[in-house]
Amino acid sequence: MMLNAPIPLLMITPLAAAVICMLLSERSRLLVSFAAVLIQLLASLSLLLLLLQQGPITHPLGSWEAPLGIALRADGLAVLFVLMTSVVAGIAALYAALYLTPGPLRAHFWPLFWFMWAALNGIWLAADIFNLYVGLELLSLAAVGLVAFSGSKEALVAAIRYLLAALLGSLAYLLGVALLYGAHGTLSLSDLSQQMQPGVASSIALAAMAMGLLLKSALFPLHTWLPPAHGGAMTPVSALLSALVIKASLYILLRLWIELRIHELAPDASQLLGWMGALAIAWGGWMALRQTLLKRVVAYSTVAQIGYIMLMFPLLRADNAEASTLALQGGVLMVLSHALAKAGMFLAAGNLILCTGRPELSALAGTSQYRPLSIFGFGLAGVSLMGLPPSGGFSAKWLLLQSALASAQWWWIPVMLLGGLLSAAYVFRVFHYSFKEAENSDTFHRPGVGLEICALALSAASILLGFIATWPLHLLTLPDILPLAVLPEGSLEQSLELLQTPTYETLHGTSEQQP
Amino acid sequence: MSSSAVIFSLAGIGLCAIGLFGFMLHTHLIRKLLAFNIMGSGVFLLLVGMAQRSGHTDPVPQALVLTGIVVAVSATALALYLIRRWLQLSGSTELPEDDRR
Repeated sequence: MMLNAPIPLLMITPLAAAVICMLLSERSRLLVSFAAVLIQLLASLSLLLLLLQQGPITHPLGSWEAPLGIALRADGLAVLFVLMTSVVAGIAALYAALYLTPGPLRAHFWPLFWFMWAALNGIWLAADIFNLYVGLELLSLAAVGLVAFSGSKEALVAAIRYLLAALLGSLAYLLGVALLYGAHGTLSLSDLSQQMQPGVASSIALAAMAMGLLLKSALFPLHTWLPPAHGGAMTPVSALLSALVIKASLYILLRLWIELRIHELAPDASQLLGWMGALAIAWGGWMALRQTLLKRVVAYSTVAQIGYIMLMFPLLRADNAEASTLALQGGVLMVLSHALAKAGMFLAAGNLILCTGRPELSALAGTSQYRPLSIFGFGLAGVSLMGLPPSGGFSAKWLLLQSALASAQWWWIPVMLLGGLLSAAYVFRVFHYSFKEAENSDTFHRPGVGLEICALALSAASILLGFIATWPLHLLTLPDILPLAVLPEGSLEQSLELLQTPTYETLHGTSEQQP
Repeated sequence: MSSSAVIFSLAGIGLCAIGLFGFMLHTHLIRKLLAFNIMGSGVFLLLVGMAQRSGHTDPVPQALVLTGIVVAVSATALALYLIRRWLQLSGSTELPEDDRR
């Protein structure tokens, strides 16, 4: 049991940090938080080593077996998300410590931040559908608190809208849990995947759960709450919301889809998700082009990128293992690279707003000349969002394209290309404003160098992900992760070969080091 | 399914529908919140009611409903706090119509 120590540690540390932070003075909150970030990083790394050594792990908390106790499970997918959270939230915490001025505002940030992190880890590691619900609710409450805590009128309206959408989404999900439990008598995902009977109750249950999760993921046309909440929150909060919080409901949807074999039972529903994703790409990109506030551009870009992630669902085909594997790998890589790039982009946007002192796009004139570092961080993240090589976003789109070709669903290809063009358009529009001559260039402020480094680190990581893409994909193909991953011999090598286009000589080196 | 289970389940579904109706229709924030709570009660009733079919009482849904009630109370408390703050700042009990884009 001691061997599994990283798993309970990943749950207990953030919860303990949240409670301890509430009791301490503001200075000590910072110290406790840094210590806890360090523990989280070490715990997620040791969980990764554990996974590589002994494969997927199930851990009953406090040795109480399910159904009375809570079982946690760490497989390749879960560990990837745990690592993503540790990296992004760790850097965002550093940014927040530098960004928020000392005072009650900064003091309130830490407990909410830690509850958010606890909820995220709880969701990644949950092995049953009810713990996923508890995680979702804790996540929503913490995230709404984070949106509201700047206290302005706009933030409050955004927070109330977000809360109403989140509550409705959670209840729809819980309704599905109730129906599934009534029909099957179990909550465990792995039991459900074996006992799943197609029927009226299961169909209604899954439809309700999917609706709730889509509302929480802000998939078009259920996205209206997202831009004010993500665009209006304080910068480190925006980064956390867009990079991590929004991924939680997508992760649950993916889990349900694969483990309960919805992609086999209801291929039409998968197609529907894909088409909603396509509309999200078009609408999010178009609206991002029309915004006048910098952070709103980035927030609408999130709406579009969620659409990209949804494209993986119609590509998960029961009759085509190769296409499914590529789709899963591409979709997950898309989630990872979006997390890094969007967090980097929000932080860079926050730095630009600090430079100019105004949130409008038009205020950016002259920034490229006087504050090139800030605009460079924004541009690097933009490269990954556009999907230009050699970024993580490019590898993800490449895999999705290959999957669309493999399953002969050519109609997703123009959707992806159009999305790339729209992303390029809204990123270059920001550049366009920043290259204008400034009349008042002497009024620029200088954001702290630490803030710049945080933004650059995340943006650079999203590019770097393109070079080491085989490594996260390898984790996805560990044995018994997902029913889907029961792959024909040699399919991992196949998909890795696909990645080795001429720009990818570097990949060869990394793929050889795999144990 | 025993007849009491059917009654519980149907009542749960009815409450859910009423709650959803109110949640969508009302603009007053407190009414919206009450509708959410009614919907929550409907889901809890369904959870306990549907699991009774084998004749004996199943402890798992009871535990789930207890957890669910705790979550719903916390959510309601947070919502009430935000709504009250909004009333103090704007003097209104409804959200503004614009900003919906």
